[in-house]
Amino acid sequence: MTDQDKILSEVTQGDYKYGFFSDIETEIIDRGLNEAVIRTISEKKDEPDFMLEFRLDAFRRWQKMKMPDWAYLKIPPIDFQGISYYAAPKKKPELRSLDEVDPELLETFNKLGIPLEEQKHLAGVAVDAVLDSVSVKTTFKEVLAEQGIVFCSFSDAVREHPDLVRKYLGQAVPVADNFFAALNSAVFSDGSFCYIPRGVRCPMELSTYFRINSANTGQFERTLIVADDDSYVSYLEGCTAPMRDENQLHAAVVEIIALNRAEVKYSTVQNWYPGDKNGRGGIYNFVTKRGICRGESSKISWTQVETGSAITWKYPSCILIGNHSVGEFNSVAVTNNHQQADTGSKMIHIGKNTKSTIVSKGISAGKSNNSYRGLVKVMPGAENSRNFSQCDSLLLNDTCGAHTFPYIEVGNKSSIVEHEATTSKIGEDQIFYCNQRGIDTEKAISMIVNGYAKEVLNKLPMEFAVEAQKLLQISLEGSVG
Amino acid sequence: MLSIKDLFVEVEGMEILKGINLVVKPGEIHAIMGPNGSGKSTLANVLAGKEEYTVTHGEVTYLGEDLLDMAPEERAQKGLFLSFQYPVEIPGVPMVNFLKTAVNEHRRSRGEKELTAGEFLKFMRTKMEMVDMHAQLTNRSVNEGFSGGEKKKNEIFQMALLEPRLAILDETDSGLDIDALKTVAHGVNALRNSGNATIVVTHYQRLLDYIVPDHVHVLYGGKIVKSAGKELAFELEEKGYDWIKKENGE
Repeated sequence: MTDQDKILSEVTQGDYKYGFFSDIETEIIDRGLNEAVIRTISEKKDEPDFMLEFRLDAFRRWQKMKMPDWAYLKIPPIDFQGISYYAAPKKKPELRSLDEVDPELLETFNKLGIPLEEQKHLAGVAVDAVLDSVSVKTTFKEVLAEQGIVFCSFSDAVREHPDLVRKYLGQAVPVADNFFAALNSAVFSDGSFCYIPRGVRCPMELSTYFRINSANTGQFERTLIVADDDSYVSYLEGCTAPMRDENQLHAAVVEIIALNRAEVKYSTVQNWYPGDKNGRGGIYNFVTKRGICRGESSKISWTQVETGSAITWKYPSCILIGNHSVGEFNSVAVTNNHQQADTGSKMIHIGKNTKSTIVSKGISAGKSNNSYRGLVKVMPGAENSRNFSQCDSLLLNDTCGAHTFPYIEVGNKSSIVEHEATTSKIGEDQIFYCNQRGIDTEKAISMIVNGYAKEVLNKLPMEFAVEAQKLLQISLEGSVG
Repeated sequence: MLSIKDLFVEVEGMEILKGINLVVKPGEIHAIMGPNGSGKSTLANVLAGKEEYTVTHGEVTYLGEDLLDMAPEERAQKGLFLSFQYPVEIPGVPMVNFLKTAVNEHRRSRGEKELTAGEFLKFMRTKMEMVDMHAQLTNRSVNEGFSGGEKKKNEIFQMALLEPRLAILDETDSGLDIDALKTVAHGVNALRNSGNATIVVTHYQRLLDYIVPDHVHVLYGGKIVKSAGKELAFELEEKGYDWIKKENGE
């Protein structure tokens, strides 16, 4: 083993130290899934009839569906009847101050540059009255409400804005879209709802608020974002702070609807527990994310930094219906140890003069497998459409894998579709060159990886980009510090 | 400054260096010449600490310390600089970031304060003039899209920034036209002082017109078979390496 390999394996085989458990009793219903369970969920959440029907419809269809097996993933058998599908919102143990929090966790927070108040919230520390996160939330809510922006939990939206929910739910991701989306539609616990009214530019990144909110994200999360004509919103999901969850199976659905000239920027940092370095444990993350550019000249962009989960199955997509609409997908996916990721995007061009861009950067280390899977489909009527796809893979050693599965279907002659792909390995020569200039191997790797991912990181909102860059470093350096 | 004693080196089981002895003192310029495959680049790389070379025998002392015991970055931080024969490209990493990291790692190892971005840029500009480095090059990724000549200039530029005690120039003249050669040589000479030393590894005498050595050594078959003053370089240029080969039993 060369020195470089040694360091690489040391830094890439560090244990995931930063998750946290909670030992709180929760109200859980019996394991298993049937109509009665779904009725119970809907009842406990006090939902209107249309929601119950939505869930039952999804469940009936789900029963006839099979788990997809086309991804380049080894998925252990999942016992869907062995899961409890409803748990009351979990509470974290209340700690009195940050001194009681695991110092290692705090160090991670500091490395990530997470503000103190947020650290407290994430670690489950009771915050003092003045800077209470509830009051922060309230302030946000007031500012947003002034503009007519609705931003609340999905459950609240169902109660307070049933018409909006009813109108748009299932538009981008129909109930029976795929196995996991159907499951989510049947049993989803909660999530977020966001509506930006006509002509409103959301005055803030919907970030801090949501991150505070997301400290208790559920197993089957549902997000719906609707941007009305001429509106704009930038939305951040997830958190660079690592998340541990006893629930192994996660199946979230995110739907975005952009009307005329509306723009939605959706950024994700996903850092779920990836399992230990021998591949035990870890979250299975089966996510359906789809946006519809329904209106003319509308735009939806997905930016994601994926470092967590044992299994990632995720293809944020855009359906470009409106003429001159634009879809973007920018992704950095890191896999390490025994992680597996099959991720990419779908761009469906329906309207004329539609444009899409895909930039995917895979980074593989350890014994992981990292696949890009993408579909670019240009319908016959989508004249003068354009797509550019770029899929790069970076390998950190000889034991990991990188794969690219592009599917391209072009239905007319006036459209142009381009696909570029590269695979590279961090070379010993590159590392030695850095060493010879006084830069040690770990710093060299982190510099090269960040350089490689820069194009995508630059698309993230500033504060998030800085955190994401550090997260990449931590993901690959493992237990440094 | 540098003392090599009876150094034997293997690469993948093949013995390349077979008993090198060399002493370099501060202020000196040594030229190491020799035909292809004689082990010149191996010697340069071993001194810099490249992984795949195994030292089977001998010792190397640098500034009173055991050089072979140090990690490559430690050697660099202690002032040993290698100008690469084939500088590698690092896509995505801007030259400026790379150089700033390198300079600051050097400073950190000496317990000095790291330079801020502004301070570094000022410092960098003064050095750019020295080797006639174009500003646009420092905005590109490390060596990416550089011509052969630009890569070599870039090596000397880095040398100017890092101000090494001992610089090893491995075939720095290969692939350079005469103007680039002069620029590079000018940079090397400008950096010269009584406290530092240079080892020039080269094939041809041409570079030595501009960087005048105090000592010339001929490396052949993994050994230094001849050492003399700068006149030896002219003799080699005139007669080629055949007489060396003959003298050594071929």
